[in-house]
Amino acid sequence: MKPHTKQRIAFSFLFLCTLLVILPVGLILIIIIKNGLPALSWQFLTDIPRAGMREGGIFPAIIGTFYLVLGAIIFALPIGVMCAIYLNEYTKENIFSRLIRLAIINLAGIPSVVYGLFGMALFVMFFKFGTSILSGALTLGIMILPVIITSTQEALRSVPKEFREVSFSLGISKWQTIKRVVLPCAFPGIITGAILGIGRAAGETAPLLFTVAAFYLPRLPRSIFDQVMAIPYHLYVISTQIPNIPEKIRYGTALVLVILVLGINLFAIILRIKLRRKQRW
Amino acid sequence: MSQYKINVTKLNLWYKDFQALKDINLSIKSNLITAIIGPSGCGKSTLLRTFNRMNDLIEGVRIKGEVLIDGENILDSKIDLLSLRKKVGMVFQRPNPFALSIFENIAFSLRIQGIKDKKKIETFVEKSLKSVFLWDELKDKLKSSALSLSLEQKQRLCIARTLVTMPEVILMDEPCSSLDPLATLKIEELLQYLKKDYTIVIVTHNMQQASRVSDETGFMLLGELIEFGPTKEIFTNPKDKRTEDYISGRFG
Ligand SMILES: Nc1ncnc2c1ncn2[C@@H]1O[C@H](COP(=O)(O)OP(=O)(O)OP(=O)(O)O)[C@@H](O)[C@H]1O
Ligand SMILES: [Mg+2]
Repeated sequence: MKPHTKQRIAFSFLFLCTLLVILPVGLILIIIIKNGLPALSWQFLTDIPRAGMREGGIFPAIIGTFYLVLGAIIFALPIGVMCAIYLNEYTKENIFSRLIRLAIINLAGIPSVVYGLFGMALFVMFFKFGTSILSGALTLGIMILPVIITSTQEALRSVPKEFREVSFSLGISKWQTIKRVVLPCAFPGIITGAILGIGRAAGETAPLLFTVAAFYLPRLPRSIFDQVMAIPYHLYVISTQIPNIPEKIRYGTALVLVILVLGINLFAIILRIKLRRKQRW
Repeated sequence: MSQYKINVTKLNLWYKDFQALKDINLSIKSNLITAIIGPSGCGKSTLLRTFNRMNDLIEGVRIKGEVLIDGENILDSKIDLLSLRKKVGMVFQRPNPFALSIFENIAFSLRIQGIKDKKKIETFVEKSLKSVFLWDELKDKLKSSALSLSLEQKQRLCIARTLVTMPEVILMDEPCSSLDPLATLKIEELLQYLKKDYTIVIVTHNMQQASRVSDETGFMLLGELIEFGPTKEIFTNPKDKRTEDYISGRFG
């Protein structure tokens, strides 16, 4: 075979593999949009579920997801950022710091249902928060900690060393240098990480199973100790637990979830590009 | 007060196992410009960075010996690093203003020192910009980004930024190596003004520059200070064969 022909075969093969990856993504989107779009209406977004969830909307689930995600990020962002600062700026490279890094990477790989069990044991039972927004948000928060820590560390590492040196050479302390020089430069990366974390938290079902999610709760929560519905869990419930659900309600719910998660990720990407462009050094 | 600002005795420095400074002895006089020359990798920057303890930031550095500034051993672990670094300012090779406005670049360290008085900050900014001859050029665009300045202006701004901490010594590590010849001459002219008020130590690759600007020169080679003395003597009548070889361009 001529090298030229070989090359062409290789290219075609690689292209086919790539297509194989893109195809499912495209198909999922197309199927969900095609089946879900008819269900989408103002009423679907703002009404409570009715007739055994076979009619009406998913408003309580949207609100529930909003509260959970908000709670998770309020909890996880400061802790994650501070942890990353500590790891990146204050520890030297040794066995201990490598162990922590390894732990964080592994934390990201734990199945989300395990986080759910852990959240139930710790927050629901041990701290006696009950199945509540608080327990669910904390569980989600712990789940997205690795995302936030890793992206913050990356952002901190990308701040040029000489910025720190200049600051130190002016007699500015390490903490002030981090606060006034390093963090502002790392801000875009940190925010992007936080938003990606939000996206992850918004789509998860398993961590909510035992910690917060209500099967059917058509009223809005009154405190952080209330249960709530959440979109991913609601989708799970109407898809598996309730017979004779109209197809379009299921796909409509899925569509809302997909739009939410993809929208959040897209927003993170655009924000990153925008902020990156603004700061050239 | 003695005429010596910095006294170095038996200074040795290691990066892990590699010895970068070997038994350095030298005295730097107040209100003069002292140049440190030598081929790449001979330890010029390392020596300079011991004067404001910037080497502390690097892992695995070990230092032995004594560096006295105004009679105080700055290698002492009890020394207040923050005030040392205010007293001994540093200008880097690449002009590196913060990604802030011209005004804020200079106000930066004032604000961190907790100065809130707007008038006071403005006075400081004006004064330090005047001492680097940037005030007339920039006084109408203090709010614009420092990154939009020319390289020479940036380097002047960086010098001005150092001046606000009211240093007594200014360390410069190849401050002109990213500037064109004209800008270089202008910065050198500035140094002549600054030396009235400050003790300046400048590291340079450029021997013409050393002979143009400095009063005293030290020649380093492989971590050793080979020769130190008045610039004129070093350049016209070097005592060491290696110095002579270097300044006549036979190596380096
Ligand atoms: N962080 C470091 N770790 C290990 N070795 C280092 C480190 N920094 C510098 N060195 C070594 O120490 C020696 C002196 O370095 P230094 O930067 O002081 O040289 P220099 O004279 O300033 O050179 P140049 O003219 O290239 O800037 C070099 O051999 C260099 O490789
Ligand atoms: Mg150097």
